[in-house]
Amino acid sequence: MTPQFDEIWVYLSASPLLGLTITLLAYQAAFWLYRRSGMNPLANPVLIAVTILVLLLTLTATSYETYFSGAQFVHFLLGPATVALAIPLYTQFSRVRALLLPVVAGLVAGSLTAALSAIAVARLFGASLPTQLSLAPKSVTTPIAMGIAERIGGIPSLTAVLVIVTGILGAVGARWIFDAMKLRDPAIRGFAIGVASHGIGTARAFQVSEQAGAFAALAMGLNGALTALLLPLLVGWMH
Amino acid sequence: MIAALTELLLFQLLGEVVARGLGLPVPGPVLGMLFLFLTLALRGGPGQELQATSQNLLQHLSLLFVPAGTGIMIHLHRVADEWLPLLLSLAISTVATLVVTALVMKLCMRGEAASGNAPGDAS
Repeated sequence: MTPQFDEIWVYLSASPLLGLTITLLAYQAAFWLYRRSGMNPLANPVLIAVTILVLLLTLTATSYETYFSGAQFVHFLLGPATVALAIPLYTQFSRVRALLLPVVAGLVAGSLTAALSAIAVARLFGASLPTQLSLAPKSVTTPIAMGIAERIGGIPSLTAVLVIVTGILGAVGARWIFDAMKLRDPAIRGFAIGVASHGIGTARAFQVSEQAGAFAALAMGLNGALTALLLPLLVGWMH
Repeated sequence: MIAALTELLLFQLLGEVVARGLGLPVPGPVLGMLFLFLTLALRGGPGQELQATSQNLLQHLSLLFVPAGTGIMIHLHRVADEWLPLLLSLAISTVATLVVTALVMKLCMRGEAASGNAPGDAS
């Protein structure tokens, strides 16, 4: 390589341009694979893109902070995208209203199961207390989950990662679980995936059907609000 | 597209202001979603532009989780130390949540159908 390449690299590695560009490239590569696999849930695009990026950053010895100074522009769009979920919700609202009781009952049962079973299993297998508390809000969408973790004594940035892994697990596994349960209703499938695995589950649900997506979006919003209210109280009682 | 994006950001801003102003535990964007939903209900639906922009944004919702997910690289140590409880907790709890939520909903729907209150198979 010419000596100039070093200078270019020094410039690029400190500018936000590179972090943003590799995020989009990695995602497009991941999405292409996902398409090629016939949208097989195992080829989850978030999982593949994150794997590519972690390998790339590790190989080039780039810090996450440097990377994030560029990637934050993508991260920022989570806010307006969350607001935009109101539109499919509105389109599907007649079905949501007809299913009010199942929705409320499923929400409360699912929300409690998500938080309590995560803590219980982690405790059973000897995870440290900060890890247990970081796990508790793992089914809730990232910004809410990080806020909850901070309030109850978990580690917010660890929670962010556990939230993403939970989302991927749900998006990958839901189809087989629901098929095994012989469950076809897209409203139930969507709602359950939204409670268990928030936005990543919702993204997957939208790729399957708009109705499933709308129920997943509803579940994600409701579960975020409910967990934010309940979990600090539950953890208070456990101490 | 610019007008629709502005509208989404305005609702997010409104959500942030209300959440912080009232000290609510719910994040701004989720409240913003609620406010936009109420507005749509009053207005009788989204305009074409808002519909198209949201569809574009939501179609690639998974992209938006990639930067946060890549954060796993700064927690590789803790994850390596406690990988077994972490993995078991995430896997068992996610499956349990999916199954419990779906079963409870199904039972409630059957209950409603039995009491002659069937929601019907809309759409």
